[in-house]
Amino acid sequence: MAMDLKEIEKFIKEAIPDALVDIQDLAGDGNHYSATVVSSQFFGKSKIEQHKMVYASLKGRMGNELHALAIKTKEK
Amino acid sequence: MNEETKNLIQSKINDNEVCLFMKGTPDAPQCGFSMAVSNILKILEVNFQGVNVLETQELRDGIKQFSDWPTIPQLYIKKEFIGGCDIVKEMYENGELKKKLEESSISFKK
Repeated sequence: MAMDLKEIEKFIKEAIPDALVDIQDLAGDGNHYSATVVSSQFFGKSKIEQHKMVYASLKGRMGNELHALAIKTKEK
Repeated sequence: MNEETKNLIQSKINDNEVCLFMKGTPDAPQCGFSMAVSNILKILEVNFQGVNVLETQELRDGIKQFSDWPTIPQLYIKKEFIGGCDIVKEMYENGELKKKLEESSISFKK
């Protein structure tokens, strides 16, 4: 099962409203993405906590419908 | 997760200063992300224990619950969860990984 690029962006923005999200379909197969997420909500949090926020926004899809999503988080 | 799986994971983390839960083994990784982290540790000449989570379904599911982290690989240094592929790669590139190893008194190629 694959996920649409827009769908991923929507989930992240729902959970982290001020996020700037840049998603790339790495292999063009709708199954391997990278996401760069920039948000003020990451401030003061560890990388693990930041990535967990992004994973949480996908509500359990990570590792299931969504096989590969490389994440890069930055503080705004 | 059953008690046996939890104890197995905990003992791997306790017994190995650098412990990488991965798909496949360091010599034969079965996923590009696992290979990437394994290769970083090899480049740094870190002595690490690879744990192949594909050995059992319990381990594969259990490690995700144990770390509260949905993906594999997962790296532990001195019982501390460091992160998955993205974080370890970023830490390798910006020098934080070497700093972490140094602070943890783990020998590596400087």
